This record gives sequence, structure tokens and C-alpha cells, in this order.
Amino acid sequence: MALLRITSPHTQRAGHRTSWVMQMVILATIPGIVVQTWLFGWGTLINLMVACVAALASEAAILAVRRRAVSFFLKDYSALLTAVLLGVALPPAVPWWVTVTAVSFAIIFAKQLYGGLGNNPFNPAMVGYAIVLVSFPVPMSQWIGVHELVASGNTLSFMQSLQAIFHQLPVIDSYTMATPLDGFKHKDLLDSETAFASLPALQAASVNSWLWVNLAYLIGGLGLIALRIITWHTPVAVLGALFVMSGVFHLVDMDQTATPWFHLTTGAAMFGAFFIATDPVSSCTSNKGKLIYGAGIGVLIYIIRAWGGYPDGVAFGVLLMNFAAPLIDYYTQPRAYGHKKAKSGLKVGGDH
Amino acid sequence: MKTSDEITADDSTLENTQDNVESNKPSANYAEIIYNGIWKNNPALVQLLGLCPMLAVTSTVVNALGLGLATLVVLVGSNIAVSLIRNYVADAVRLPAFVMIIASFTTCIELIMQAYTYELYQILGIFIPLIVTNCAILGRADAFASRNPVLPSALDGFMMGLGFMAILVALGAMRELIGQGTLFSDMQLLFGDAAVHWKWTVFESYPNVLFAVLPPGAFIGLGLLIAGKNYLDEREKKRLAAEKAKEGPSTSKRVRVTGQVS
Repeated sequence: MALLRITSPHTQRAGHRTSWVMQMVILATIPGIVVQTWLFGWGTLINLMVACVAALASEAAILAVRRRAVSFFLKDYSALLTAVLLGVALPPAVPWWVTVTAVSFAIIFAKQLYGGLGNNPFNPAMVGYAIVLVSFPVPMSQWIGVHELVASGNTLSFMQSLQAIFHQLPVIDSYTMATPLDGFKHKDLLDSETAFASLPALQAASVNSWLWVNLAYLIGGLGLIALRIITWHTPVAVLGALFVMSGVFHLVDMDQTATPWFHLTTGAAMFGAFFIATDPVSSCTSNKGKLIYGAGIGVLIYIIRAWGGYPDGVAFGVLLMNFAAPLIDYYTQPRAYGHKKAKSGLKVGGDH
Repeated sequence: MKTSDEITADDSTLENTQDNVESNKPSANYAEIIYNGIWKNNPALVQLLGLCPMLAVTSTVVNALGLGLATLVVLVGSNIAVSLIRNYVADAVRLPAFVMIIASFTTCIELIMQAYTYELYQILGIFIPLIVTNCAILGRADAFASRNPVLPSALDGFMMGLGFMAILVALGAMRELIGQGTLFSDMQLLFGDAAVHWKWTVFESYPNVLFAVLPPGAFIGLGLLIAGKNYLDEREKKRLAAEKAKEGPSTSKRVRVTGQVS
């Protein structure tokens, strides 16, 4: 006789299954995808198609190898979400094999080899991204520029995008340019003011295009918070830490650093804060933990942007904090009902 | 039932060293030594010894082969020397003595490589002197050579070295193929001018996958090799179990009066 059926409240809100959560996150990226397509051409959409096909194929293959129920796990949309996140994170005209490498590595190595959804210590999408960023630096640095500034004065047409992705486009160089972060990173001896005045990557059109992209992801992210799929803690901590770091260092050295506004509205700041750092599997669980975890990511993003080897640091920042997430969770356990205070840290000779 | 199986599986390495302890008399089983070195107790795949050079230099076949050969020679030499002096060294000073022996062989190899394969010597760099600290070598000296006669010790050293080198070369081939799309490039560093044309470009116009060339690729490659070995072992175990089942229950039947009847 079943007296009381209680399940964990956070996993079983009425109708809110894993697949629903994943679908909502995918839908929340739509504003960002639309803006990216509008600014950088069809490449993003083609990337997404390639990524989705690769994700479903590699997920099905590895599930078959692991003798798990293929269709059951395919229907939870988590592979598709990884594919979508990677599809928008990769440069719009990146050759198809880069996308396929990133996605299949993310699914097979970062997710399924650790035991599938829920067991992966690292964010699969960012593992895939980091792998191709380390392996193929040249195609990964070819971002399509806004049409006002690139040499050809145009964005890629649909056919050109297809050609660039599946074959080769010799004129691709006249469509690509450095992203604002890349341009700022390689301003060399120029001080900030001259850099913003002279470098093409830092012109208003270029900087504004990234502002639009970030705003679009901010809208999507706010939607996720409104749906209570993510809480505000992680994104606020990421952006807050990035703001504080860039603000402090901007006050210290106005000549060589960029404004906090620049850092918050360029690169993958919003995308990382709302869509990457909030991955429920690889991030922290408790609210206090989320704040610490997010702040760590924000600090790391600024450190990598300012002094690291890569223009943007979201992927590496998230991966590094993924390492720390279990430890943070261990030290930020909330007070359990019936106990006087929260258990925190390891007590020698305690109940362990 | 299951737990006892697991315990025996886990104890296989331990058991093995105990075998060695027992086999102080010159009745070493040569087939066992060969099987241990190449497969069952492979220093790279099972004992996981010598990982540092293994992960660091296996970016191409020639690097792996060079270090594998050097380790093999040191391993055979040190095993023979340790076995020769095994009855004359006091227990208290045996480890320093072994390390001295290994260090002198390593110095020999280093000088030989410096003389004949200078470029490879430069590429391998610090990892040739570091052969001294390769636990696989000291491990074999202490666990086998110091308790066995010369001939089995030499064979053990050779087979362990061969097993180590085989994995090194396999890993090197994997990383070179994935990383650069070629196999056997720069073999002239080891085999002289005759080997200039050995380079085999497997994939034309291949984008270099830096990840496989860098150390993380070595970790993943080694993980895959270990997984492959475990898979083969598991399949073999299943095959043996199936064979046993086909043969039917064993002939000696004892009547059980307690417990479950299976």
C-alpha cells in the first residue's frame, strides 16, 4: 500500500521533464541565432544543421555501443542542445569537419564515456569547443565580419556559405575579420583610445554587432530565468565578477584596458553566463555554490581575456570551474531541515 | 560468488609477484614470463608504470620507437646485472645498488644515442636520462631479477621492454596518424638515410589536429588502449566461460547439504 509518493521536488514539477527543459533552452537560443544569422549570414544555420546531424548520429552510435536504449535517450534532447550550443559558438563559416569533430567529441568523450547525461563532470559543449580551438586555430579564428567593415562589403550569400563550409571558398578572407576581442587583444602597443579609433575590429559597427548578439542572448537567458529553468545566481555572479574585474582594472590602468561595458557586451559574455555556465549537470547545485562558481568563471574570463593566450575565455573558464564545482558544492551545503546549522567542510572524526 | 571472482582478478598481479618469490629455484616458466611481459602484466597497460616518458614523447612513431628501444636495452641490461649480483647485495642497500646499475646503463644508452642518433637524442631530450626513474625498470629489478637466475631475468627484461615498447609505438602511431595524418615520418633519425622514404602520408592535405599531438591526446589515447585491452580480456573470459559451460558440469559431483544448489 503506497502511503505517500514523494519524489524530489526539483526533478518532477508537473510536466517538466528533462526533454522539456532541454527544448526550452534550445528555444531560448533562437533570438541569438536570429541575430547571428542576420549579422553574419547563413553560416550559423548551416552549422546548426551539421551539428545536429552529427550529434544525433554520434549519440545513437555510442548508445548502441554501450547497449543503452537509443531512442529513449535521443528523445531527451540533450544531444541536440549540445549541438545547438556548439553550432552557435563556432565561427559561422567554419569547415564542416571542425563542427563534426567538436560535436562528436563532446557527445562521445565528454558525455557518454563518463556515463551519459547527468554523469559528465565537464560541460560537453565547451569540451568540444576547447578541443577544436586547440586543434584547429586557423579556421577557429575566422569570424565573419559585419558587412560594413569587411573588404568585400557584403555578408556571405547562402551558396557561398555552403561552399565555405563543405568545400572551400578562396575569397573567404575578404568576408572575415577579427572580432572586437581579438582586435583588442592584438592592439599591441596602441593604447585603448587609439585602438578604438583606428583598428577596424573595434569600430562602432563591429562592436555594435556583438552588442546585438549579446543582447539577444540576454533576452533568451532572461526567458530561461522567467521559466525558472535556471536561477539568477550563476549568470549574475558571472557577469558581476566580470564587471568588477574589468572595472577595477580599468580604473587602475585606463590606457591599456577596455571598459566594463565592452567586456560585458562582446564575445560570449552573455551566451556563456546564461547558457553555458548554467548547465545543471556540471555546475554547482546550492545557491551559494552557484554564486561562487559563477564568480570564478567571471574572474577567469577576465584573466584569460586580459592576460591569456586566447581572445575569449568563456570555454576555458567554464571548464576550469567545472573542476572546482564538486569541491564548492561540498563546502556550501545548505542547512538541512531539522539541523541547527549547515554542514560545511570536512570534519575529522565526524559522521563520515 | 561474484566477489570471490573479483578478488582473484584483482589479485592477479599480486599473485604473480608471489609466484616470482616462490620461484627462487631455477625452474622459471618461460612461456609465463613471455605472456606476462607482453600482455597480462604489461608495464604500460596494466602496471601503468613509466607513464611520464610514455605520455610525453609518443607524439610520433620514431620518438616512441627510440625511447622504447632505449628502455628495452636498459631493462635487459639492468635485469641481467641485478640478477648476477643478487646473492651478494645486502637487503638494506639493494635499492641504491639497483639504481646505480640502472643509471650506468642509462648513461651508456644516452652516450650511444648521442653518438649515433644525435637528432633523435635532442628531440627526446630529458626523457632519456629520465629512464633511470622509470618505475618499470626498478620494479622489474626488485620484483623479478633480484630473485631469479640470469636467463629468466634477461627474458623477463626483454619481454617487459618489448611490451612497453609495443604500447609506446602503438600510441605513437595513433597520435601521429590522428595528429599529422602520416605514419613513420622522420624514420631516418633512427635508421639512417635508407629510411628517408619510409614516410607514409595516409591522408593527403590533412589539417593537423594539434590536440592529438599535445599531451592531452596521449592521455585519451592511452585510455583507449587500456579500454581495448580490457575489452579483449573480457571477451576471452566470456569465451572460456562459454566453453566450460558447453563441456557441462565438472565430473566430480559432491553432494551439498547446505546453501543454494546452483
